[in-house]
Amino acid sequence: MRALLSRDLRLAIRAGGGFGLGLAFFLIVVTLVPFGVGPQGEVLARIASGILWLGALLACLLSLDRIFALDFEDGSLDLLATAPIPMEAVVTIKALAHWITTGLPLVLAAPLFAVLLHLPAPAYLWLEISLLLGTPALSVLGTFGAALTVGLKRGGLLLSLLVLPLYVPTLIFGAELVRRGAEGLATQVPLAMLAGITAATVALVPFASAAAIRVNLR
Amino acid sequence: MSIWEYANPVKFMQTSGRLLPWVVGATVLTLVPGLVWGFFFTPVAAEFGATVKVIYVHVPAATFAINIWVMMLVASLIWLIRRHHVSALAARAAAPIGMVMTLIALVTGALWGQPMWGTWWEWDPRLTSFLILFLFYLGYMALWEAIDTPDTAADLTGVLCLVGSVFAVLSRYAAIFWNQGLHQGATLSLDKEEHIADVYWQPLVLSIVGFGFLFVTLLLLRTRTEIRARRIKALEQRERMA
Repeated sequence: MRALLSRDLRLAIRAGGGFGLGLAFFLIVVTLVPFGVGPQGEVLARIASGILWLGALLACLLSLDRIFALDFEDGSLDLLATAPIPMEAVVTIKALAHWITTGLPLVLAAPLFAVLLHLPAPAYLWLEISLLLGTPALSVLGTFGAALTVGLKRGGLLLSLLVLPLYVPTLIFGAELVRRGAEGLATQVPLAMLAGITAATVALVPFASAAAIRVNLR
Repeated sequence: MSIWEYANPVKFMQTSGRLLPWVVGATVLTLVPGLVWGFFFTPVAAEFGATVKVIYVHVPAATFAINIWVMMLVASLIWLIRRHHVSALAARAAAPIGMVMTLIALVTGALWGQPMWGTWWEWDPRLTSFLILFLFYLGYMALWEAIDTPDTAADLTGVLCLVGSVFAVLSRYAAIFWNQGLHQGATLSLDKEEHIADVYWQPLVLSIVGFGFLFVTLLLLRTRTEIRARRIKALEQRERMA
């Protein structure tokens, strides 16, 4: 399993685009928003948390179709299916690799981008907490979408249609957590819900992803 | 004699073929009087105006928008567990009906909301969750269309339906948490006293029953079409092999 993880990470880094592309996309989204809504600080401050969450979500979506596609094409997915580790573990490792290459950089870079959007000072801590808690769920759900569409020639657009509705609860509670944190309101409920969704997603969705992969390899 | 006998496509075609005229008749006998009664023979409540009549389409459509998804969930489970093809095809056949019901509920809701709330659209939890449900229907149908191998498509959409159901429910409660709504509470319920006067709920219940028969009619028709399409495909394949 460790070998698979390091292989996926090395592929993502050396093949180019894996690490940096998501971040660059995130930066572009953050840059474009003020052009769309105007440069007034107070407007940006109010929508900053939502923009940052949406940017993270879209950047995450960008690299999903590559989670399984290359392995499916060159046959390594078949080898992994016959390997002594269960498919559920393979899927989880893939999600973990995806999170390390896209989710984690987003979490680390978010405070920098938040400066551009005039995010209120008390919200920084909550932004970090919410992204750290929420992005694993995004990666795991994305892996599920990628597993469903792996056999398709042009799965990219379909993948977004399948995955984005699944992101709704995470997005709602994540952005709500930051908003409440920024305004100094009680944060226990969204915090608990976000953590609960991520925990349940990470625990259960790999079974569905693995089932989808098995169907696609049949 | 068990219910699983109807999982045999031949048996299903026979029975549904015999049943279909009766269901069509029941649809006409309930939907037409229900709507006519509701539209033309109920008193106009002073504070609502004539726009309230849209309730006879809005509420049944919304009821079935949700229940059709539940039916798809059950059908998907039956397919995934017992591998009955009719079940998978019924789930596939139900999806566009459910999508249209959701769309009807959204559109009539907008038509109703404009005069009542002064807005076509509000990010109210009910409205929001219906929009999300609509997206789930779209994704489900798109996945069916995208995959060529029938069994693979049935498996993957079945898994999607299971996961989607969980997240649709979750989105519903997330939306309630996220924004307090304008939408009124349930119009009809089984365990509470009725919220509206008899003159209104009698035609409403009749309309709901009518929509139910309409759904069964469309579902049987579409499932029969799917089965025939599958047969044609199989025949073509056999011809090519020969």
